[in-house]
This record gives sequence, structure tokens and C-alpha cells, in this order.
Amino acid sequence: MQDSKSVGVVIPQFVQIDKPLQLKSGLSLDSYHLVYETYGQLNAARSNAVLICHALSGNHHVAGVYAENEKSIGWWDNMVGPGRPIDTNRFFVIGVNNLGGCHGSTGPASIDPRTGKHYGAGFPVVTVEDWVETQAQLAEHLRIEQFSAVVGGSLGGMQAMQWTLDNPEKVRHALVIAAAPKLTAQNIAFNDVARQAIMTDQEFYGGNFYAYDTLPRRGLRLARMLGHITYLSDDSMAAKFGRSLRNGELSFGFDVEFEIESYLRYQGDKFADLFDANSYLLMTKALDYFDPAAAYNGDLSAAFRVAKANFLVISFTSDWRFSPERSREIVKALLNNELNVSYAEITSSYGHDSFLMTTPCYHQLVRAYMDNISI
Amino acid sequence: MTDITVPSTIALRPDFAVIAEWINPGAKILDLGCGDGSLLRYLRDTRDVFGYGVEIDDDNLLGCFRNGINVIHNDLEAGLSSFASDSFDYVILSQTLQAVRHTEGIIQEILRVGKEGIISFPNFGYWKNRMQVISGHMPVSETLPYNWYDTPNIHLCTLDDFEALCQQCNARILERSVMSNHYRPVNFLPNLRGMLAFYRFESRG
Repeated sequence: MQDSKSVGVVIPQFVQIDKPLQLKSGLSLDSYHLVYETYGQLNAARSNAVLICHALSGNHHVAGVYAENEKSIGWWDNMVGPGRPIDTNRFFVIGVNNLGGCHGSTGPASIDPRTGKHYGAGFPVVTVEDWVETQAQLAEHLRIEQFSAVVGGSLGGMQAMQWTLDNPEKVRHALVIAAAPKLTAQNIAFNDVARQAIMTDQEFYGGNFYAYDTLPRRGLRLARMLGHITYLSDDSMAAKFGRSLRNGELSFGFDVEFEIESYLRYQGDKFADLFDANSYLLMTKALDYFDPAAAYNGDLSAAFRVAKANFLVISFTSDWRFSPERSREIVKALLNNELNVSYAEITSSYGHDSFLMTTPCYHQLVRAYMDNISI
Repeated sequence: MTDITVPSTIALRPDFAVIAEWINPGAKILDLGCGDGSLLRYLRDTRDVFGYGVEIDDDNLLGCFRNGINVIHNDLEAGLSSFASDSFDYVILSQTLQAVRHTEGIIQEILRVGKEGIISFPNFGYWKNRMQVISGHMPVSETLPYNWYDTPNIHLCTLDDFEALCQQCNARILERSVMSNHYRPVNFLPNLRGMLAFYRFESRG
């Protein structure tokens, strides 16, 4: 293995964008701000920039740690860093928190300048297309005319795809990992149960819980527990928890008994304190709405006709949320357009979460692909 | 590109040159069971082709990435449903036919996806192989380097056998090239003296 390490201590940056943003919904925002992080150095030709798009619960903190908290390791620290597959010795890597998020970019918990109150449930529904537009504004701010690569897993992969459709000249490579060309009815159903869990929580107050100094903690917790089940595979849950009991014996009650219950509740609790309920609703809607083929009578190949980028598409064998078949739909559309595309189906038991794991074959392929990108 | 450079690959893989001879410059190519992408890379560098490899093995996939070759991770046995009909100038199956389970199926798929197909394979009728069978052993030779118990090769054939299968699959043979163990062309008694066989063919329509 090559020597690789973390990028070390990182500091988030902010950009205020005063250019009005016309959203797909028809609504608009007069101004907004984005929080982002960068790793590595932008070269003199400004040609080595890589944009990392985050998934449902991700954020701009892709790699490195914050000085004040050594446990605050970025969510893709195993992928991005000096000597890592996305090598910050070569690339200038950018992580950005999407609009509507809850980690520093303008979102439902921000103050609406028009009312002086929290946006709350009044924050407009944002789409993958809207995010790509805001990311393009960030690129303009950083004076990056073209990305070497736009990279994302899951919902992040959808943004990488959208980049190649909306800004075909501005992205040379798109790495679309554990993604899908659109959600299935089953996917949407899971998202809606998660939303219902949040919206039926009495502490939700129609999305204006900020005014009541409370959180819809129970709903968010359930939403996360449900989501988490869909990120893992049956096999990985069996391997990690099986039917193990916390206290070694059945208690014939309804408290936590099985280890899996304990794990999910812990994950749910942790998430409920960290994530904004309105942001969660927005992120799941962006997922539901993503469907680039819709404007072409469902013809994904027609949707990709404008794309010029080179593609790397990766899926994972145990991912049942966005299965390999869904990635193959993307690959087929790219092949039909005679675009440069490589596709890898990684054997992994970690389910949808595989894209975050350090599976050697997966990381070697991403490394080899990135190494071949000329800058 | 008119200036054709010959990379060092050709010294190691003289069979690539036979295939390259048949490929029109700038063609669109699908290489089935492409290994580490060496052939596609060679064709890209010498014939300016655009194309994709199809490969199932993880290590080979990595080789393709390192060679800068487009590769689709796919099991040939599952068919070529990702690829549209008549979408390639040539579909190549280089020294892989003998390891394919559904031989007829793959030939049908080559005929569907490609305007022309190119298949190369080790000739089981090669005299060295025949000698070993006569002496009572399964052959081990330059192009069949495996022992019977660890070979991936399950469908070995002779030139005559392959030509009969083409007939059966409605494939018209356009060109044939046979090479000796010294990688020289064999014209006399090819089914006995030839070690490697190359065929270019198309659908009878």
C-alpha cells in the first residue's frame, strides 16, 4: 500500500452568494451562503479541482479533523487525503454542504432575511439541479472553470451525474458511486415513512419547532433507524449482530433486548441531536424528485445526450437500496451515447454503506482511475 | 493518425498484430474478456480505435484502469444486454472462446452487437496437442499452458470444429489467419500445423 494519511486539521470556509437563485420549484432565494472545505492546493492552471458531493446525511466536512475535536473526522477521510485514492497531493478537493442542509449552509434552521425568523417549514424544496447550480456558483467564486472530477456516492452520485448534464463543459470526469438514475417506488416509500415519522412527531410543530425551543427528536430518530436498515445488508447485520442479546437471555418485555435494537436506537439518538428535521425532509425530497430521464419520456440515453464527461460508475453487490442493476441502467445510457465509461461492481457485504468503506479493490480502482486523470 | 507507432507490447503478443491488421483505423470496438486491456490499448495506440472492454476479473479490471481503457465489469455468460444491436464495428473475443460456457450464445451476441466479429483461439488440432493425446495425456502447450485439472478451458476446438459452428450460427467467415508456434502464418495443413487461429466473420443476415 502507498503511504497515505489524513489531511490533518481543516477549517470550514463560507461564501455569501447574492445572485438570486431560481429554484426548480418556481420559488427563488435572493441570497444564500454555503459552507465548504478545501484540501490540497489549486494549481496555477486551476485545472486540478475535484468536487465531492455529499449524500443524504453528509456535509462539507469530507476529510481531516477540526482542531477543537479530534474525533471530528471527515466522512470520507479514508478516500480523500495525501496519498489516498483521491490524492490531495495532486488534486484540490472541495467539500460543500448543500443548500437546505444543517451544517452551515443556508437551510431551514437559518434566519429568513425577509421575515427575521427561521425559514423552518417555509424553506423551499430544493432539487439536485438546484444544488448543482449552487455548487457552480461556488466554483465561480473559487474561479474554477472546469472540474477535473465531480465525485459522489448515493445522492452525491446523482449530483455528479447532474453536473454532466447541466454543465457538460465544466466537468471532465464524473465518479458516480452507489447511485441510481431515479428512485423506485420502494425507495420513495421508505423516504415517505421517514418523513411521516418526523412530521407526525408532536414536537415538529409543522416544521417550526425552533420557535418552541424543541426538536422532533422521536420522529428523526425513527427516520434514521429506518434509513439505517436500508443502508446495511441482511448479511452484514447478521454478521455484526445476529440474534445476540444484550443481557444474554430473553426478558419477555419490550425494552431493548437484541443487540441490533440497541445499535439502531443508539444511531437514531445520535442523529436526532445532530441533524435538522426539516433538512432531512428536504434531502429525502431531493432524492425522490431526481429523474433526469423524466424530461425525455423516461429515455435516460436521451437525457445523457448533452453529456461530455468521462464516467466511472461503481456499484456494490450487497447494495439493495441502489442495487448494481440501477448502476447498469446508467452505464447503458452512457454506452448508448458513446461516452467514455468504466463500470465496476465491487463485491462487498456492507450494503449501500459500502461506498464509505475501505474495501481494497474499491479503493484501488478509484485510485487507478484518479491517477489517470491528467491535470 | 497516420503515423503508426508500435509499442513494445507487440513483441510479447504477436497475436495482437494479426487482429490489428483487420481493424479499420478509427473503428469502434468491443473486446470481450479483455484481460488487462492490453489489446485495446494496443489498438488505440496503433489504430486510433474507440472502445470498451468487458471483463469479469477484479485484478484484470484494475489492469484496465491502469491502462486507461474503458472497461465494463460484466459476466460474458450473462449476455451483452448493456450493448445495443449493431453498435460496434468489431466485437473481439481474443483467446477467450475456449473458456466460455455458452459458446453458441456468445457467438450470437457477437453477431448481434457487432457489424463484424473477430475470434481467436488455440487450435486443439495443433500437432503438438495431438501427439500428447496419442501418447495418452491431455495436452499442455504454449497456448494451453494448464493441467487438465486446473484449466479454465472447457470448450476446446479445432479449426474445422469452429468453422462448422460458424455455419450452424449463420456466421459468414470473411477472413482466416493461422499462426505457427513461431507466430508465422500457416497456409499448408493449418488444422494440423496451426497453433493459433483467427477468424473475422459477419452475420449471414
